Amino acid sequence: MSDHGKYRIKQLSIFSENRPGRLMDIARDMKEAQVNILWFTIAEGSGYGVVRMLVDKPEKAYEKLTSNGHVVKFTEVVAVKMEDKPGGLYDLTVMLTDAGINIEYAYGYRNSPSAVLILKVEDIDRAIDSILGSGRSLHDVSHFK
Amino acid sequence: MTAWNPKIELMPSQELERLQTKLLKALVHRMYDYSPFYRERMDEAKVHPDHIRTLSDAFKLPYMHKRDLRELEPERLFMVSNRELVRYHVSSGTTGRPTIVGYTQKDVDLWTESVARGIASVGIGVDDVLQVAYTYGLFTGGLGLHYGAERVGCTVVPASTGNSERQLDMIKRLGVTAIACTPSYLMHLGEVSQKIGMSIRKDTKLRLGILGAEPWSEGMRDRMQDWLGVKAINIYGTSELSGPLWCECAEQKGMHVWGDMALLEVVDPDSGEPLGPGEKGELVVTMLQKEALPIVRYRTGDIATVDWERCGCGRFHPRLGRITGRVDDMLIIRGINVFPSQVEYVLMSNPELGNEFQIVVDRKGALDEILVRIELKPESFQDNVAKLECLKAKIHEKLKNVLMISAEIELTEPGSLPRFEGKAKRVVDKRNV
Repeated sequence: MSDHGKYRIKQLSIFSENRPGRLMDIARDMKEAQVNILWFTIAEGSGYGVVRMLVDKPEKAYEKLTSNGHVVKFTEVVAVKMEDKPGGLYDLTVMLTDAGINIEYAYGYRNSPSAVLILKVEDIDRAIDSILGSGRSLHDVSHFK
Repeated sequence: MTAWNPKIELMPSQELERLQTKLLKALVHRMYDYSPFYRERMDEAKVHPDHIRTLSDAFKLPYMHKRDLRELEPERLFMVSNRELVRYHVSSGTTGRPTIVGYTQKDVDLWTESVARGIASVGIGVDDVLQVAYTYGLFTGGLGLHYGAERVGCTVVPASTGNSERQLDMIKRLGVTAIACTPSYLMHLGEVSQKIGMSIRKDTKLRLGILGAEPWSEGMRDRMQDWLGVKAINIYGTSELSGPLWCECAEQKGMHVWGDMALLEVVDPDSGEPLGPGEKGELVVTMLQKEALPIVRYRTGDIATVDWERCGCGRFHPRLGRITGRVDDMLIIRGINVFPSQVEYVLMSNPELGNEFQIVVDRKGALDEILVRIELKPESFQDNVAKLECLKAKIHEKLKNVLMISAEIELTEPGSLPRFEGKAKRVVDKRNV
């Protein structure tokens, strides 16, 4: 349990009004702070969006964004190492279903030769236990630096 | 010219003034004896009912404001007991607290009589079918027009608001000759009729519109009349005064305010000093015959002019011109009064929201829409779109309960709305009436 902290990946979630230039403002902040964006998406609400990003320097990004008036939250997610082959996602979801772990949201990307699945779950410690207990591996924070 | 009540309607000025003086004296005695609130007010102003001998003595009486009606319990205000009340109407106040108006049978009868005289003066009678497309219920528009129309013997279609295609279908099928609604709703019906391939001018018998409950202009009147072939008649009233009360005659030169029911003044909204004939200012109304809720030198907050000259129709009763503005920040949206303070009251009861908000009013097609933009508090942001949507839905519902109309909600980033050093300007009104 003590090493769970290193598997809690800090994702940035930013509240953003849905109007031209808002994403540009965020991107400018990242450029100026010399933060590299590893992955990002926009979850669409009505009239606003939630920008989600994985970056190499989350604290620096957080500081820069908040100092420019953005509403930013850290959201902890886990990054599962996946084999990049058919059936990989199925096997993982069978395991999560058996463990009764509900996924709030998830996204994946290819990280050749393997793949990464990011999961946002309610009880992150239990998810880490279950995933590690099933013999799978998780990326720790150092992977994103 | 048709007059519903020729004796009163055609009464010469001097005789009318004598009648008003008699009614004013009786009213002041009634209020002093039966309205604890107003008695205190008169005592404070050192005015006794015996001091009121002529019509101009009315100026000695203290003003009443909307806040008096809102803040006081009805029993401190009303001049009759509950047993004598036959109806309540409730209008939205400047905060969440509503304004309650009670009516005795005579109050309802006089209100009805006032509407009857007005609509008869534009020629509505037994041969007409009038569709009432004002909301029925706590809002006074629907029932007020309904009773007046029945009184003159025309056939009433109590359509209330909404479902425009069905409204048009009824206008066509039932041979509706007149409609009572907000001017913007009639414009909207015109637009809907075009969409469904119907012409109000050619396919229906509609020839008159009794239009009010929101500000409109001569330009809008010309457009409506040319486009739809419907003579557009302006009507005015507020729930405090009873409801819709006064409308233009066929001359369309101002709304006749029946002298046996009301005494008008126009005052400087800041100083409260009376203004000269024809000058624009705040409309102050004394209802001379009300029994339940006393309305004496009531500051309506509406800016208008009053024409005291005899009308082309022959009547001497003064004519109220178009309402051109408000002394406060009250908005009228789809016939409903909305105060920014009501919106503030609702928003401030939600800890998730910041202190800044903005109200944007726009006219989409012919209908008014209201958008409320609110800043989210940084600490209430969570990375969960469903929860943010729930928050929006909750605010929408709360606002609807207080405002009685539906507003669109927009969550904005903290710090994104304009800040004000002096008086906050919360409202952006994009309507071009």
